[in-house]
Amino acid sequence: MQDSINKKESVITINGLCKSFGELEVLKGIDLTIYRGENVAVLGKSGSGKSVLIKIIAGLLKPDKGKVTVLGKQIDKLNGKELDNLRLHIGFSFQSSALYDSMSVYQNLAFPLTMNVKNLTRKEVDNAVEEALEAVGLEDKIHELPADLSGGQRKRLGIARTLILKPEIMLYDEPTSGLDPITCTEINTLMIEVQERYKTSSLIITHDLTCAKNTCDRIAMLIDGTFLKIGVFDEVLNTNEEQIKKFFAYNFIQ
Amino acid sequence: MNTVDRKKYLFSKGIDSYLEGVHKGYQFTIRFFKQAFTLPFHWREIVNQCFEIGLKSLSLITLTGFIVGVVFTKQSRPSLESFGAVSWLPSLMGIAIVRALGPLVTALICAGKVGSSISAELGSMKVTEQIDAMEVSAINPFKYLVVTRVIATTISIPILALYCSFIALIGSYYNVHILEATSLEIFYKNAFSNISFLDIFTSLTKSIVYGFTIGIIGCYKGYFATQGTRGVGKATNQAVILAIFLIFFEEVVIVQIANWIRYF
Repeated sequence: MQDSINKKESVITINGLCKSFGELEVLKGIDLTIYRGENVAVLGKSGSGKSVLIKIIAGLLKPDKGKVTVLGKQIDKLNGKELDNLRLHIGFSFQSSALYDSMSVYQNLAFPLTMNVKNLTRKEVDNAVEEALEAVGLEDKIHELPADLSGGQRKRLGIARTLILKPEIMLYDEPTSGLDPITCTEINTLMIEVQERYKTSSLIITHDLTCAKNTCDRIAMLIDGTFLKIGVFDEVLNTNEEQIKKFFAYNFIQ
Repeated sequence: MNTVDRKKYLFSKGIDSYLEGVHKGYQFTIRFFKQAFTLPFHWREIVNQCFEIGLKSLSLITLTGFIVGVVFTKQSRPSLESFGAVSWLPSLMGIAIVRALGPLVTALICAGKVGSSISAELGSMKVTEQIDAMEVSAINPFKYLVVTRVIATTISIPILALYCSFIALIGSYYNVHILEATSLEIFYKNAFSNISFLDIFTSLTKSIVYGFTIGIIGCYKGYFATQGTRGVGKATNQAVILAIFLIFFEEVVIVQIANWIRYF
């Protein structure tokens, strides 16, 4: 993974990002840079602001203070149309998969494509859907409904739906939560395959150490709204920071 | 905080949240009008929703319309009989059905059936992050989900109301025919003898307003649903109650305006 990272070109830059909900300060001035071709995991316990961070990057939430730049564009300064144009380059895999449950697997994939790319022929749509399904190993499920899929298959379909628009950046929100260890490993492998095949840069929000270790180049430890440590897995693991040690110890026991 | 202060606090909090709701609803409606007239138009989804709302409500409207016609005729007959004015029955039914019953019955049925289903659908999409998923896929969820549904209800419900009026008149004719062997032609001639263009126009206007109300309230409540499945249930319930309340309020206002026009 390290070989393909271009340290000269950042795809996501976060400077002094703050976000509060009423009295509750969730993010307290965080900084992070993700380079092209890099996979970064944001680790932290539940409620530490990981999902808020990823939603700000995708433009679903507005920051209170600070700057978030994605592919050279400052997210909170974009108008609706500019934000939509930028979003075509960002894939967002939701924790709950967020599949359109009234649509079939085929329709789930074809929908974002036909809504964003005009004048596509039926054949082109079919090919794109088949390619995305093949990338996640779900070719045989094309006519099924999301309700008929297992948890792991739903996650895969969620990833396939983002791949259909060929994004440059992938944002994964808890990609392995609620899955058994074998399916977790499959999803981890899939995330690496996606990066290699589509040359994406990824931000992975997780509290799963195995996922972070196996899929990411760097890890950012988000505790109480600030990044206590950013570095490669071993650096973070061997830090003297008490809260990080506790987090790792608890997760290893689990 | 003592009991009196607490009551005052809760009262002012209630007023605050009510006013906030009104403001949010107003903004939502303005947003609808802004987006309804800008490209792209999702014609296929509008047609699809018209089918969902209109065609799938047809059997219920048919049954209810027919029963309303039969029952209202049955209930009106004794009063007219006591004045020796049974021959006025078709005329009375025509006025009652076209002016009030047809649009109102259709609106109430659709507030329950269509309004609740829109609210539940959008609410569950909201709590399962499907609306967020559309947004991050560069699809405008407001335009795709809200604008299409509100346009579909505004188109479908007036058509359903006209259909309901027609079926209710058939129900009424059925009742009259059993007892008096009146022909369909004479019944319809009498029924429409006292109906003016203003009646039809008012009836249609009412249905358009009701359709818009049902659509916008269902979408508004569903679009802002929170707190998981419990929130979806709550939003659905509120959508039906608020839509019914507004339908009656609009009925009073429109009838009043129509009466002013009639007398001038």
